[in-house]
Amino acid sequence: MKFSEEFETRFAEMVPHYPTKRSALVPTLLYAQDEIGFLSDEVIAEIASRLDLTELEVRNVISYYSMLTTKPRGKFNVQVCTNISCMVRGGEELLQHCAKKLGIGHKQTTPDGLFTLEEVECIGACSWAPAAQVNYDFHENLTAEKMDRILDEYRKTGTQ
Amino acid sequence: MADVNLTVDGKKVTAPAGTLLIEACKSVGIEVPSFCYYPNLSLQGACRMCLVKIEKMPKLQTACTTVVSEGMIVTSNSDEVKQARKSMIEMLLGNHPLDCPVCDAGGECELQDMTFSYGAAESKFMEAKNHKDEQQWSPVVFFDRPRCILCYRCVRVCGEGMDVWALGVQNRGVSSLIAPNKEDHLECEECGMCIDICPVGALTSGAYRYKTRPWEMTHVGTVCTHCGDGCKTTLGVRRSDTGMEIVRGDNRDKSGTNGDFLCIKGRYAFDFANHKERVTQPLIRKNGKLTPSSWEEAFELVGKKFAQVRDKDGGSAIGVIGSTRTTNEEAYLLSKFARVVLKTNNVDHHRTADFPTLAASLRGKPDLTASMADVFNASAMLLIGNDPTEQHPLLAWQIRNNVRLHRARLYVVNSAPIKLRRQATSFMQIAAGAERKLASFLAGDDGALGAIASDARAGQPPAQDGPMGPSPHGSAAREQWIALREKLRGEQNLVIIFGSEIRGNDIASLVKWGSAMPGARFICLSDYANSRGAADMGLYPDLLPGYHPVPGASEFHREWGVPETAGLDLAGMVEAGKSGKLKALYVVGSNPVGRLNIDPFAFSNSFVVVQDMFLTETAVMADVVLPAANAYEKGGTMTNTCGDVQLVKKAGEVSGTKSDFEMMVRIADAMGFEVRKLVPFGGGTRADMGQSRGAQSGEADRHAVWLEMQGLEPKLSPLDPMAILDEIQRLVPGYDISRANLLAGNSEHTSMTKTGPGAAHKAESIQPAHDTLFTSGTLGRYSHTLKSVIESHEVKPAEVAAD
Repeated sequence: MKFSEEFETRFAEMVPHYPTKRSALVPTLLYAQDEIGFLSDEVIAEIASRLDLTELEVRNVISYYSMLTTKPRGKFNVQVCTNISCMVRGGEELLQHCAKKLGIGHKQTTPDGLFTLEEVECIGACSWAPAAQVNYDFHENLTAEKMDRILDEYRKTGTQ
Repeated sequence: MADVNLTVDGKKVTAPAGTLLIEACKSVGIEVPSFCYYPNLSLQGACRMCLVKIEKMPKLQTACTTVVSEGMIVTSNSDEVKQARKSMIEMLLGNHPLDCPVCDAGGECELQDMTFSYGAAESKFMEAKNHKDEQQWSPVVFFDRPRCILCYRCVRVCGEGMDVWALGVQNRGVSSLIAPNKEDHLECEECGMCIDICPVGALTSGAYRYKTRPWEMTHVGTVCTHCGDGCKTTLGVRRSDTGMEIVRGDNRDKSGTNGDFLCIKGRYAFDFANHKERVTQPLIRKNGKLTPSSWEEAFELVGKKFAQVRDKDGGSAIGVIGSTRTTNEEAYLLSKFARVVLKTNNVDHHRTADFPTLAASLRGKPDLTASMADVFNASAMLLIGNDPTEQHPLLAWQIRNNVRLHRARLYVVNSAPIKLRRQATSFMQIAAGAERKLASFLAGDDGALGAIASDARAGQPPAQDGPMGPSPHGSAAREQWIALREKLRGEQNLVIIFGSEIRGNDIASLVKWGSAMPGARFICLSDYANSRGAADMGLYPDLLPGYHPVPGASEFHREWGVPETAGLDLAGMVEAGKSGKLKALYVVGSNPVGRLNIDPFAFSNSFVVVQDMFLTETAVMADVVLPAANAYEKGGTMTNTCGDVQLVKKAGEVSGTKSDFEMMVRIADAMGFEVRKLVPFGGGTRADMGQSRGAQSGEADRHAVWLEMQGLEPKLSPLDPMAILDEIQRLVPGYDISRANLLAGNSEHTSMTKTGPGAAHKAESIQPAHDTLFTSGTLGRYSHTLKSVIESHEVKPAEVAAD
């Protein structure tokens, strides 16, 4: 299993910050997921051996955090918040709209592999509800039209 | 630590600082209910059942994670606390199926008990329960997900206690579930600790599920019949058409040294007793075929033949092979029967450790043997050879948990990267065979360094299951070995544990080195349940009980009358059989043909009598086969590898079998021997057998208990093993232990201080059993559970072959 040099530098720098190796698990998983796209069996085995954990322990942590995934996702992970503030400002309708437009439901991926849709809990953007997060980018005060433009933009960059 | 004073429910409580509140409450008889809290495991605080009110703290607190502090005022029985418990149980029952009438745990379920004691009578939940089908994770472990209350006990005992880490918790919140390490199944040591520790019926045993209800069984705590560690296993027995059937083994009776621990063999491998191939009728060879006969015919024939050979060719024409699984009383009786009735010293057994040399080395020194309990409390341990995880699972548990809970230091020297290196302060790999040189090196002989510091790992595959220590060569290795020696020299109260790699003179030099260190004690590892007892009771051609040599003047010479010259060992008997000098062979609970590679035709011309449960490789060539009861079907005592004596209690019964003890007595009787001289029974003791019982019932029973404790109860028949125990306690050095403590179910450690001088034996006379966690000598293959586990662990080839 090979990671990029950037990952290796980050990993080497990070591990000594913790009192025990296992404490570095969550950030390591996150970096690995950003790089590979998801946490494959191979990635899990590699991280387990690096941090002296069993694969089961690594899987237990992955399954605890909804942001970590063991299944491949689309290039753009569209996370629509439907928690209280967003809900009262039309978050659920926005999610329905995205589902209709992309033709997929919660945690599903479009056949072209571009988009994955996810209904998520609060993403901390209540003041600008309804909000959605695509990968690490935030989009706020959304309407159906605004969302369409955003998704089209991503489709454009994704197919270039 | 300093004591802390607190008040619980108005009661003054004093506890050492650092005590958990739940334990402090328990010490004054206040029960704080809990599911997830388990002594000696890490704290979880998951179940919220132990919530109590502590003054000045805003909310209810978990008593299992709160440490007592000075002046603390605690309430455990207020309405608020009771309501909290009710709510917790209501939540736990929210999705818990009400299948108690068919659940294995029904009747001994902690959730049932808690609901009875603390639960509400009704529930606010109206929703339909979410059902999930049960899963089989291994031949012995089943998981019923909806019954799980997520206390995480199984996860912790598997990881922290067993160092297996095969269970985990997946997902979170309401969708949390216990998960096995291999997606849909377990890859583990199959110990079943997770099942025993499960407070509900979520984890159930493949060997027991749906067989019976807990209250239909009688529970008998007795000594496990497999390895030499002497765990106490609780056998659940139920009346069946052939006597008493053992239906379950578990850890209900936690009074043994093993406490919470049992391995797969102690828990499941009792099932050989119910095997369909069990011999239940005496067999006599007639016209070349083993033919069923009556007991009378068999005893008469054996008695007549043995007496004939003895009187015509002399006792030296008879050989006797004893067992490593019979009780001390039986081993002693056989030793005595051979010398006194058969007039032969041709006595041997399957030797797996060199106890005679150990006895010779320790003789005259203060008591230098460690008990199994000592291993858990020692400040440091040195393990030379053996792989306790496979061969001595309880010892491995004691070592592991001593390191985990007491921060003890463990030094491991082994020719393989054994699993216990993961707990070791220092792990040194040594070439196989070089363990012998270790003692002289430790004693200061640097000349031995060359042998032990050579590259042990050359040509060995790397370890699969964890990081390895450094693999030093040359001078680096020498420095490490010298550093180890220095560290060991600084240890006080070191327990030195060695496997059969160390024999003969090497034991002597190890003892010489160790006994000079303050507080050091020894454990010599042997492989079968009563290997130690067989050795202590003199199943040797040249040694009598207590390691008294045959030519000599011990108590045994005076009381028994012993043939003068040492007899033949096993190899000698085989030779004598081949040359026609051995006219008769008496094999009691042993399978030398199957286990020790003996030519099956060596005894074709001898009259062979075999006492066994099954038609083993040895039994099929016998002239008479006498169906024996196993160690779970009789009473007596056994001595584990450390020298701890424990009481063996009768649990099961298969009609048509007899104990080896009874058979020996009956054969002696058939030979015309005065059995009173063999078994000292009815020796004039008079006792109140209930004649004086007054209005107060139980008076006679109290007399009986006291008499039994003092060893004074009347031994009314020659079939009473306790009559022989009297003689053992009187004559065998080290066995003058407390009878009261023994009968109370505790282990009593014997000492080797006053044994006879022992004898030097050939190193080849010791043949290790090489058992693993899933095998057990000849017995193992008659255990359905062990077989199915071995099969499930075999890697199956893919269904389609590669091109």
